[in-house]
Amino acid sequence: MAQAAEGAPQKSRWSAGVTPYAEMGYYDADYEPKDTDVLAAFRITPQPGVDPIEAAAAVAGESSTATWTVVWTDRLTAHEHYQAKAYDVAPVPGVENQYIARIAYDLDLFEEGSIANMTSSIIGNVFGFKALKALRLEDLRIPTAYVKTFQGPPHGIVMEREYLDKFGRPLLGATTKPKLGLSARNYGRVVYEALRGGLDFTKDDENINSQPFMRWRDRYLFAMEGVNRASAETGEVKGHYLNVTAASMEEMYERAEFAKEIGSVIVMMDLTVGFTAMTSMSRWARRNGVLLHLHRAGHGTYTRQKTHGVSFRVLAKWCRLLGVDHLHAGTVVGKLEGDPHMIKGYYDTLREGFVPENRETGIYFDQDWASLPAVMPVASGGIHAGQMHQLLHYLGEDVVLQFGGGTIGHPMGIAAGATANRVAVEAMIQARNEGRDYYQEGPDILEKAARGCPELDAALEVWKDITFDFESTDTPDLVLTPTVGY
Amino acid sequence: MRVTQGTFSYLPDLTDEQIEAQIAYALGHGWAILVEHTDDPHPRNTYWDMWELPLFDLASDQVDIAMREVRACREAHPNLYVKVGAYDRSLGRQTTALSFIVNRPADEPGFRLERQEKADRQVRYALSAYAADRPRGRRYRAGQHNGNAER
Repeated sequence: MAQAAEGAPQKSRWSAGVTPYAEMGYYDADYEPKDTDVLAAFRITPQPGVDPIEAAAAVAGESSTATWTVVWTDRLTAHEHYQAKAYDVAPVPGVENQYIARIAYDLDLFEEGSIANMTSSIIGNVFGFKALKALRLEDLRIPTAYVKTFQGPPHGIVMEREYLDKFGRPLLGATTKPKLGLSARNYGRVVYEALRGGLDFTKDDENINSQPFMRWRDRYLFAMEGVNRASAETGEVKGHYLNVTAASMEEMYERAEFAKEIGSVIVMMDLTVGFTAMTSMSRWARRNGVLLHLHRAGHGTYTRQKTHGVSFRVLAKWCRLLGVDHLHAGTVVGKLEGDPHMIKGYYDTLREGFVPENRETGIYFDQDWASLPAVMPVASGGIHAGQMHQLLHYLGEDVVLQFGGGTIGHPMGIAAGATANRVAVEAMIQARNEGRDYYQEGPDILEKAARGCPELDAALEVWKDITFDFESTDTPDLVLTPTVGY
Repeated sequence: MRVTQGTFSYLPDLTDEQIEAQIAYALGHGWAILVEHTDDPHPRNTYWDMWELPLFDLASDQVDIAMREVRACREAHPNLYVKVGAYDRSLGRQTTALSFIVNRPADEPGFRLERQEKADRQVRYALSAYAADRPRGRRYRAGQHNGNAER
């Protein structure tokens, strides 16, 4: 978007020099998106004096075929076909100088089954564009024709539940704490205690990889001793997410192979490894029958701010396509960012077969997942047993609730913390199924359950006043009811 | 020990009234009811014995019919594990929606954990229910201590 001199004569589309993007075909208000187009909704904040339509056309241009000046080599192509088209630009109500631009991309712009390619196209070049003050990718509509080039989660929610033989309630987990510094032998103790006490899973933290204080192989061996002991104590399938994140793909495969060999039902990786590495691990997990958990380490750097970056709902779509079985997606009530409406949008995106446009939850397009398996969302960070009614209300049943501090910090010990969480979730599910208004009666339901369970009683006492009530930064533009924090 | 498979094993054993409430919830969703029993609670024992075919066609007010089958199964196998399952046939699910134990042996001896040590510090683990050491029909007999001397 170089500025042409004022009063300069109108140039033709193909003469050398700079032509506004909107005049080069990157804006077309009459364009009717095809069922096979990839559709994007961008939040655009133009620099002062920049026309929003030209800004939208610039985003369409730079995320498809354009460069800053006219090139005659466009004429060797059916360029109209490859040009992305901004087809709708609308101001955001109640906010100055923000616009939602909808852009359509022909399917031919993308390589089949490649999130790396899709992201390089759509967010590859445009976010540093000088003429824009800020830019945010709010949502994507992935057409069925493109969805079908992905296999999605290696197992999905249904297969995971059948494999674990656990139905009708949220799964429970805990991240081993302290995050760093435990020896492998002490680490395995935490795994054992939490699982025998009643959790389904324990988890490596994102930054537990293979440090001097605990190398990965030692951790894996001690963790599996804990997993198997706990399974024998309870008669249940148990698992520990062994983090296979490493510096290279070769090392990740080596760790994953070893995890499989010693009988782990699940491994995990961090978002920091990148889209291609995640896709490779997804294929490995499907081939080897090992569940795959994804920790969204680092996402807050680009998902949190409302005017710039990529919305988490887009990231969730990419992760469902490339295929993970678990993905951290927010808690509403815990310590990390999360407006309840937005989190509902993320959970719907991960779990539903068809997600209709719903501006209240931040969903800009209908999304048909074409029978792609669902991802189990994971709620982690500052949650405890006393919030069980709120967690079930906001997050539903197909979710892993991860109580790290809320298990390990229990005054009677780790196993007691685990038992408190398990009793709380079972009591809440029972009450819900019996038709009680569990959201309103939650504290009462928990208190009654605690009468027969000293572990839950102690948990309710120690964490009774703990809430994280801060205003969310990322909220929907349109809400029917006011957003409240918990 | 207490086998804690199923949705409600950490709560006190459900009363018949509580079981009926869960069945009513399932029927309200249009789910089929299954009653199954086993004498081998190994966590990988997926296929418990079916008491009869799943009850597909119950209306939401026919809890009593499902409950009759639960009682009959418990009476036939008073000292075995019995569970009630609710099956959701809807597109995208086609799987169990709820599954909970409604009867268990008076004495649960638990599981043997065998460790076979391999080279390079690896251990091969194997679980088996102590009761499954005996042939079918002779496990969890009523009025008898089911425990294994090792426990």
